[in-house]
Amino acid sequence: MLTDEERKERIAKRAAEELADGMVVNLGVGIPTLVANYVAGKKVYLQSENGILGVGPYPKAGEEDKDLINAGRKHVTIVPGASFFDSAQSFGQIRGGHIDCTIIGGLQVSETGDLANWLVPGKDVLGVGGAMDLVVGAPKVIIATQHTTREGEAKIVPTCTLPLTAKQAVDMIITEYAVFRFHGGRLILEEITSDFSLADLRSVTTARYEISPELKVRVV
Amino acid sequence: MAAIKSAAEAIAGIASGSRIMFGGFGRVGSPETLIAALAEHPADNLTVICNDLGSHNEGLGVLLLQNKIKKAIGSFFTPNPDAAKYYREGKLEIELIPQGNFAEAIRAAGAGLGGFLTPVGVGTELAKGRDVIHFQGREYILQPPLHADYALIRAKVADTLGNLVYSKSGRNFNPIMATAAKCCIAEVDEIVEAGELSPEEIITPFLYVDILVKRGSNDAD
Repeated sequence: MLTDEERKERIAKRAAEELADGMVVNLGVGIPTLVANYVAGKKVYLQSENGILGVGPYPKAGEEDKDLINAGRKHVTIVPGASFFDSAQSFGQIRGGHIDCTIIGGLQVSETGDLANWLVPGKDVLGVGGAMDLVVGAPKVIIATQHTTREGEAKIVPTCTLPLTAKQAVDMIITEYAVFRFHGGRLILEEITSDFSLADLRSVTTARYEISPELKVRVV
Repeated sequence: MAAIKSAAEAIAGIASGSRIMFGGFGRVGSPETLIAALAEHPADNLTVICNDLGSHNEGLGVLLLQNKIKKAIGSFFTPNPDAAKYYREGKLEIELIPQGNFAEAIRAAGAGLGGFLTPVGVGTELAKGRDVIHFQGREYILQPPLHADYALIRAKVADTLGNLVYSKSGRNFNPIMATAAKCCIAEVDEIVEAGELSPEEIITPFLYVDILVKRGSNDAD
């Protein structure tokens, strides 16, 4: 059994491979934040929806700037060439398709690319933040999530039963065992890890999906 | 020319039932001196327009615990556990808007627009009660503008005319809120003479700003 940390690390590493030099990316809270640890060698610019383009690493203890936080309310630094702007312009960048990619967590993704990731069952409807804006606006939406819930329930499902964040918005799903992509509205399995069989994957994925003829096995 | 006042004087005219915008994303860019003054002011039954409600007993969380907030309009109230508690007890109304739609609704109010068409939120619970418009082959929500009686904002430096510059991610909702209220009160660290700020660096031109308050000036001068 993989530990929680190992799962997260696998997902973040694989997601980082989707990022190319010069891309502008918005990373959601949770696993997506870890992606930044694996982009070394590539010039990737991080946008934070509270008004920063060019977010840098976390500061050392004692070097925090009280006016400089990311959307997860964590203190950050900036990289050379960074800029600040107001929230309307920030979401104009997001909604207007000027960000290349968003990597965001997911509670459920449906086989048609619907996403539910903002409302945890049983909780009050009190926070949506920028999740809806990001998945509607970004040209490429990557869901970085563990393959099942803690209870072992499928998260890649025929239809989302949780409240939707957006319809048909997801381009790619990266989990600790597999990579799926949506092609023309169809969900295609493109990669599986070497420690997981196709039968294992079926047993934890209730959505219908096709297997790519060029299926890759990722050695782990 | 903007009037320079103490925090208490600046907010003295705020009546119960007012609609007030508060800048800030968490504590960053939040007008904390003005919020502290409101905590000492009798106005209640307030509708607050703000991204979040601070944290427990911090920022707007203080006014919440004083039962001064009737309704909160914004995008992310989860970080303050009191918001959930008051909401469940029926003491707080919530209007949740996706953060980008929220920001643009404020901008639209300040820019004299009657609303705008946004694809964000279509097909979700947050589209309930909104008009859905089919336009040029795509589905949109008609998002109305968000106006307020007051905007309480935070900037870094003002000049005596009321021109403002901000600090880093403390800018967030402040410049757009300055445009969308009948009266804009700006809390600033420093006030310099008009002409000392470069015209190229001014983010909020003075015509939006009515009153300046020096940060930490809770007592009447």
